[in-house]
Amino acid sequence: MCETCGCTITPGNAHLVADQGRLSHTKDGTKSIEVLSSLLHENNHMAAHNREHFNRHNVLALNLMSSPGSGKTALLESTIKALKSRYRIGVIEGDLETENDAMRIRAHGVPAVQITTGQACHLDAHMVHDALHELDLDSLDIVFIENVGNLVCPASFDLGHHANITLLSVTEGDDKPAKYPVMFRGSDLVLLTKSDLLEFLDDFDTQKAETHVRNLANSAPVLTLSARREDTLGPWFNWLGEMVEARQNAQNLTPTIQPDGIALHRVGSS
Amino acid sequence: MHELAICQSLLDQARQIVDAHDANGIERIIVQIGPLSGVEAPLLAQAFSIARSAAGFPNAELEIETSPIQVRCQQCGTTSAARVNALLCGSCQSWKVDLISGDEMILKSLILTEQPASLSGPLTRAG
Ligand SMILES: Nc1nc2c(ncn2[C@@H]2O[C@H](COP(=O)(O)OP(=O)(O)O)[C@@H](O)[C@H]2O)c(=O)[nH]1
Ligand SMILES: [Mg+2]
Ligand SMILES: [Zn+2]
Ligand SMILES: [Zn+2]
Repeated sequence: MCETCGCTITPGNAHLVADQGRLSHTKDGTKSIEVLSSLLHENNHMAAHNREHFNRHNVLALNLMSSPGSGKTALLESTIKALKSRYRIGVIEGDLETENDAMRIRAHGVPAVQITTGQACHLDAHMVHDALHELDLDSLDIVFIENVGNLVCPASFDLGHHANITLLSVTEGDDKPAKYPVMFRGSDLVLLTKSDLLEFLDDFDTQKAETHVRNLANSAPVLTLSARREDTLGPWFNWLGEMVEARQNAQNLTPTIQPDGIALHRVGSS
Repeated sequence: MHELAICQSLLDQARQIVDAHDANGIERIIVQIGPLSGVEAPLLAQAFSIARSAAGFPNAELEIETSPIQVRCQQCGTTSAARVNALLCGSCQSWKVDLISGDEMILKSLILTEQPASLSGPLTRAG
């Protein structure tokens, strides 16, 4: 199915998903076919393929999501500045219209591919596949995928990345995880950003934000940081280092939560 | 609205199944959607009513089954119902629970209409 590189993949749930479905019974003029596959079967197939690309080239791929303006690009810039000599970093930028974010990243001397999605409010695995073939994966350790700014739509699409990072800036309100449970339940790391502004805000409680994340049965780390203060970035850099190692030690690393639900991933336990 | 993209993906998958079974069309598509799937059932239904004709299935009906949110507690083992933003054990209030239902976005089954006899024979070519 991959025209660019011709490699083959086995999606994790292939054993559950018969492409043509199973015939369960026939009555006059109609046939009932049992399918039991994800509504995003095709996307998930492509995502598994992307993940195989990243794994084969020993690259950690991270999906950054947030509202517009929460500081995704600014955090990437600070991270690149600080870690450029330790890791070889590449960036895939998703945006509705402009090339601006990719230009901001390239100014730091790292490769960036811009995907302009036009109407689409999220990245999907096919867009990321096209973009990753524009990067020289052999020369990279980490690929950051900056998703379209939106706390709803990106949560449903597996891109083939290894972990989900959700940013919540302190100017947005500490109850965002309760308002956007699908996205925050699926986060492997939550970053409370723009912490330099906390002193000017009296209504953002980082502890409350964390409690809202826990109420989604999510044990992911919740870190508070500012892209403008390098001294706040240590725990984030440590998490990154641990993830680079985790990926090297596990060939099947995926985000903890899969967007199409447990039913398709609950193997052998019925 | 990502439901339109999801609906398109659903219709593509349905097309493949129809072709593989040499069927005539689709009477009904049955999907299961959980409240934690990120798919809004009314928006999916709306997208479906717009997209089905262009996909070649003008008469297909979409049936959306919703599944309840249920969690099983890792601490006390209780299974209980929960709300989207309070996935807590109903017995001990712990957040250390596993979701066991409620995040599905699944194509469950299709009811296909078979090729009418009058259209399947060699006569079709003559007409
Ligand atoms: N005070 C402060 N402003 C920030 C911080 N990070 C980003 N910003 C500002 O927030 C705005 C949006 O940031 P940007 O990185 O473009 O957000 P994105 O849309 O998530 O990529 C810009 O004006 C940034 O300068 C931060 O840590 N502190
Ligand atoms: Mg940006
Ligand atoms: Zn490929
Ligand atoms: Zn309990």
